[in-house]
Amino acid sequence: MRITTARRIAQGVFFGLFVWLCIASAVGTGWWQWRGWPIRWFLELDPLVAVGTALTTHSFYPQLGWALAVIVLTLLFGRVFCGWICPFGALHQFTGWLTRKWRRPKQRIDANQYHPAQAWKYAILLSLLIAAASPLRRTAMASLQTGLLDPIPLIHRSVNLAVLSVLGIGSAGERFYSGAGLIGGLFLTFVLLNLAVPRLYCRFVCPLGALLGLIGRLAPWGIGVRKATCTECRLCDLNCEGACQPQGPFHASECLMCMNCLDDCPSEHPVRYLPRPSQGGEIPLPGISRRGFVASVAAGLVAVPLARLNGSTARNWPAGLIRPPGAVAEEEFLARCVKCCECVRVCPTNAVQPAGFEFGWEALWTPALNYRIGTSGCQLDCIACGHACPTGAIRPLSLAEKRGQAPFEDSGPIRIGLASVDRGRCLPWATGRPCIVCQETCPVSPKAITVEEVDQPMEGGGTVHLQRPMVDPARCIGCGVCEHECPLSGVRGIRVVADNETRQLDHAVILHHEK
Amino acid sequence: MNAENPEALTPRREFLRRGLQAAAAVAATGGLAAWLWNRHPPGDFSRQAVFDPRRDFSPRVGGPRMSIATGHDRSRMLDGALKALGGIGRFIAPGDRVMIKVNAAFATPAALAATTHPELAAALVRLCRAAGASSVLVTDNPINDPASCFELTGIGQAVRQAGGDLFLPSTGAFRRGSLPGGKLIRNWPVLNEPFTGITKLIGVTPVKNHQRAGASMTLKNWYGLLGGRRNQFHQDIDGIIVELAMLIRPTFVVLDGTQSMMTNGPTGGSLADLKDTHTLIVSTDPVAADAYGSTLLDKTFRDLPYLVRAAELGLGTADFESLHPIRVEAAPS
Repeated sequence: MRITTARRIAQGVFFGLFVWLCIASAVGTGWWQWRGWPIRWFLELDPLVAVGTALTTHSFYPQLGWALAVIVLTLLFGRVFCGWICPFGALHQFTGWLTRKWRRPKQRIDANQYHPAQAWKYAILLSLLIAAASPLRRTAMASLQTGLLDPIPLIHRSVNLAVLSVLGIGSAGERFYSGAGLIGGLFLTFVLLNLAVPRLYCRFVCPLGALLGLIGRLAPWGIGVRKATCTECRLCDLNCEGACQPQGPFHASECLMCMNCLDDCPSEHPVRYLPRPSQGGEIPLPGISRRGFVASVAAGLVAVPLARLNGSTARNWPAGLIRPPGAVAEEEFLARCVKCCECVRVCPTNAVQPAGFEFGWEALWTPALNYRIGTSGCQLDCIACGHACPTGAIRPLSLAEKRGQAPFEDSGPIRIGLASVDRGRCLPWATGRPCIVCQETCPVSPKAITVEEVDQPMEGGGTVHLQRPMVDPARCIGCGVCEHECPLSGVRGIRVVADNETRQLDHAVILHHEK
Repeated sequence: MNAENPEALTPRREFLRRGLQAAAAVAATGGLAAWLWNRHPPGDFSRQAVFDPRRDFSPRVGGPRMSIATGHDRSRMLDGALKALGGIGRFIAPGDRVMIKVNAAFATPAALAATTHPELAAALVRLCRAAGASSVLVTDNPINDPASCFELTGIGQAVRQAGGDLFLPSTGAFRRGSLPGGKLIRNWPVLNEPFTGITKLIGVTPVKNHQRAGASMTLKNWYGLLGGRRNQFHQDIDGIIVELAMLIRPTFVVLDGTQSMMTNGPTGGSLADLKDTHTLIVSTDPVAADAYGSTLLDKTFRDLPYLVRAAELGLGTADFESLHPIRVEAAPS
C-alpha cells in the first residue's frame, strides 16, 4: 500500500470519527447519542488548546493530555497532525482535490509554489499567544482568543451549529442557534476558498498549523531530496498540499506530511522520506518581516487591555450574560473558553447559545443562556455542558453540587442568575388576570416564586382573586424555566439576568447567611 | 544546512544532532506539562487566600476611657477632651505610624456636616505629628467618587497642610477577608493596603441621623473600610455594624457633635437638617461614644439595635456613665 493511500484512509477515518462525534454530541438515550462517546476528543488532541490555556491559567488541565501526544508526534515527525488527522485539513484537501480536473498540471504546480504570505499564520499565532500571555494585563488573567481561528474549535462550532442543523442530521434539525449564520458563513467561505488556492486556510491562516510548524521544524525525519538524481522537474509540486517545495529549498515548517511528492516524483525517486536535512537545502521557518513581527506583537499586547476598557469584566459587566451552570468566574472563563461550542451543542434544551458581539467581542462565540430560543430553561437535573467542556471553563459538576445536596449543602445550589417579575407586564400584576405559570413551573423546592393573594375589585363590580408572583432571591437559581414558560412570548413578564450568580462573588445580591 | 557547503555538518552528524534536539524537546515538553499539571484547577480560589481582617489597635495602658468636651471650636474641644484623658502622648508615641479613618462619604461642603469637618481632621493630624508620629495617613472609601469627596469636603487640603498624607482607595487596595465569628464579612474585600506598617488607628466622624441604621456615628464609620458591593449589607445594617465593631478595635475615636444631623441623614444637604449640640466625645470605647452620641440625636442606645448587640457581645459598654466620662468645657475662641 502506498503511503498516500494510508494517509487518505487516516484522513477518512478521522474525518468520519469527527462527524460521528458531532452527531453523538446530543444528550439522549439512543445509542447514537452521547453515551460515553469521547465527544471532546479532537479538542483534547489540539495542542493550541493546551498551550493557550497553559499560557492564560499557568496550569495544564489534565483532560488535555492527548495534546502532549500530538506535540511529541510533531517534534519527531513534523506536521503529521495537519496532513493525516485534522478534520478541517481533510476537508480543505478534499475541496482542493475537486478542482484538479479544471486545471492543467502547470497551473497546479504554480498554485502550489511557496508564497511569502504563508508567514501570516505565524503572525496570527504570535498575536493570539501574546494576548494569552498578556504581559500588559490590567486584570488578573489574560484572554484566550485562539478559538476564533483554531481549526479544531472552528470546525466543531461550524459543523455542530451550522452544518448539521442545516442538513437536519440527528436532533440538530430542530435546533436554533443565534448567530449561526456568521459561524456557518465563515466556515463555508474558508472551505470554498480552496477552489481558488488549495489549502488556503492551512497555508495562510491556521494558527494551529503555525504552532505545529514551529514545533516540528527540526524534526529529525522528513521530506528530502537527493540532489544527484533530481532533475528539478517540479512534479513534486503538482499535488503538494503545504506549498513547501520538496525539491528545495525545502520549507520544513510548511510541509503537511501529505506525502504526495513521494508519489509524483518520477522513476529515480530523488524526493524521499529521509533523515533530514535535505540536500536541496532547508528553510526551517518562513521569515516574518520585522514590520509583521512588531505589528503582531503590538496587536497581541494591546488587544485584551483595549477590549477590557469597556469594563465588561469589571463594574460594567453585562447583566444579560448568563453563563452555563459550573462556569468559572468571568475572567478565568475568558482565560479558558476556546469557543468550541460543545456546551452549546449538548445542551438538551437548546438554551445555551453562542454569544455574538452583544457582550463585547472578547465573548464572541462563548456560551450564554437564552431562555426564549430553546425548548425550556436550564434543566434542574442536567450537568451536560460542564462534562462537554474540554478546558474547564465550565467545571464538570456533579448533580449533587449543582443541586446543593450532600456534601454541598453549605455552598447551596449553583445559581446562574436571578429572575425578577416585571410588574408592568406580568398578567396578574399589570392586567388583573390570573396566571402564575411561572410559579407552577418553578422547579426548585420549596419554590423560588411565591404568590401574594389579593382580591382585586373588578371594573364591573365584584372582585377577582389574584395570585401575584414574587421571586425569593435566596431560592432562585436563575434556571429560566419561568421566563421560558411566561405566556407573554414577546417580552416576558418574568426575566432572568445574571445578578446573584454563584460563580461571581461580587455579583451577589442578597446576603448569604452561612449555616 | 546545505550539503554543498563544506562548512556544514555531515548529514549523519546533523541527523544525530537533530535527534538529540528532538529527544530533549520531548523531555522538556513532558517536564513542563508535569510541572504545570493541574496547578490551578478551574474555579480554584486558593490563589486569593482569604485573610483574617481584624485590626486591634486598642491602647495597652490604662487610664480614663472617655471624655466629653463642650464648646464651639472643634480644635479646642479636641484639645480639651484629649488632655482630660492624659494628652495625646498617652495614645501616640514618637515614631508611630498613624491612620485616621475620617468620614468623607459625600462630595459635599464641610458646612453641611455630612462628613468629618476638615478643621477637626487637621487638628488631629497636627496633634499626632506633635506627639512624634512619623506619618499620619488619612483615608476612607467613600460613597461618592473618592477624589471628589476629599477635595470638596476640604478634608484633602486641610490634611495635607497639617502634614498628613491621603490614601485614596483603588480596587487593588482591598483584600478578601473573613471575620472569624462573622456571618456577613465572609470572603469580602476589606481595605488592606494602607494598613501596612500602621501602629495606631483613630476614627473621627460627625453625629448623624441615618435612615436605615437610625444613627451613623463612630461604629458605622468603619463601613468605609469595606469594599466591593457593600451596599447589600443594608439588608442587615445592624448585623454589619456589629461585625464592624468586631473587626476594628481603634486606639481611640473622636465623635463630633459640635453640630448633629438630626434628619435627612446620612447625606443631609441643608443647614436646616443640623442642630448645634456643642459636644465632642473622645473615647477608647466606640460603643460608649456612640451611646452618648445617640443622646444628641434625642435617642438612647436602646433605639439603636446595633449598640445593644455590640454591648451584649462585650465589644464595649453602652452604659457610658460607667466609664466615668470626664466632662470638660473648652474655652471659646
